[in-house]
Amino acid sequence: MTAQPSRCRACKAPAVIDLPRHNANFCAEHLIQLCHRQMAKAIDDYDMFGPTDRLLVAVSGGKDSLALWEMLVEAGYQADGLYIGLGIGGYSEDSGSYVRSFADERGLQLNTIDLQEDYGYDVPTAAIATKRVPCSACGLTKRRLFDKAATDGGYDAVVTGHNLDDEAAVLFGNTLRWEVDYLARQFPVLQARDGFPKKCKPLVRLTEREMAAYCLVRGIEYVVEECPIAAGNRHLEYKVALNAIEKKSPGSKSAFYLNFLSKMAPVLEGQSTAAEGEVDVCQRCGAPSTGEICAFCRLVEKSGTHVAVPVEMVLKARRRRRIDDSRNGTGTNQ
Amino acid sequence: MRVLLRNPKREVEVVGGRSANRVLDDLELSREAHLVIRNGTLVPGDARLDETDVIEVRPVISGG
Repeated sequence: MTAQPSRCRACKAPAVIDLPRHNANFCAEHLIQLCHRQMAKAIDDYDMFGPTDRLLVAVSGGKDSLALWEMLVEAGYQADGLYIGLGIGGYSEDSGSYVRSFADERGLQLNTIDLQEDYGYDVPTAAIATKRVPCSACGLTKRRLFDKAATDGGYDAVVTGHNLDDEAAVLFGNTLRWEVDYLARQFPVLQARDGFPKKCKPLVRLTEREMAAYCLVRGIEYVVEECPIAAGNRHLEYKVALNAIEKKSPGSKSAFYLNFLSKMAPVLEGQSTAAEGEVDVCQRCGAPSTGEICAFCRLVEKSGTHVAVPVEMVLKARRRRRIDDSRNGTGTNQ
Repeated sequence: MRVLLRNPKREVEVVGGRSANRVLDDLELSREAHLVIRNGTLVPGDARLDETDVIEVRPVISGG
């Protein structure tokens, strides 16, 4: 017997998902409506963008960015995609394949950058060449290239698929260390300034579980496997900790993050030194920079002249580091 | 029932019917961080899974 006992709160049809934070179950149709409603509320509440704005969606091949792209287009927004091939072995090959299929099937405009072809390096090589943790080299690369593509393409905003769990985990990490500067900048909209484009996160009211469920019921195929390099990073550990709290007290994650936005963000307004600091221009690429040569140009220079590093070498180094951390009792690091 | 797990991809056999939530609990997996898919269809936590069902437990957490 395979009966489904629970019913959709809205229509009483058999439910496909239980959402304890809403104390409700939903069928596929009403789950989709919930996701659209929450995205629309975030766009409206935080005054992200308007119906005539041109949006550039940062797509990775994962559930959040593909779902976001589909939802924005369905809501009537003019949204193109940008995919960056990061060169993380088979993971990047699979990701790129999902993104291209998604765009082709829907006739959407997809812009692509291949790090190796266009800039002469990949993320594993950048991590070793610059001695940065891989997620840092990857993040710096993506931020710079999304900014540049948005500016060059005349887009009104870069839109990313950061969800409630992502933002709650970042908030948790910043709060543990009382990183006031970062806390003061953790808002779902960053206005355009000093040559940086506007950046928006329309999924901040939706959890990872809701976004994965959205993809499943809409038949969106995405890369389920975790980035092999990101596995075990601190951000993931914060998510595990927050989910343990959520299990005991449903709704804690959204209260933690959304109440931060409504109650703490106004108190912290103007506390970010980065927002007030002087921004110069990189003498090499013309991008906004606090130094003579921007961090991205320095990374490109070091990585482009470094011998190519296979992803397996980075994974091996990270495994070794985790074992050392574990033996020393220093915990996992990025 | 056959249960497909991810990250890394592997399959385990769970003996006897039980609820989707119970399968997650028995496998020590967080309900908040996983979805249960029965024979290709998403099901809520209290859905009863049968011995003959093919189950996928899909993790939803990503590194970001």
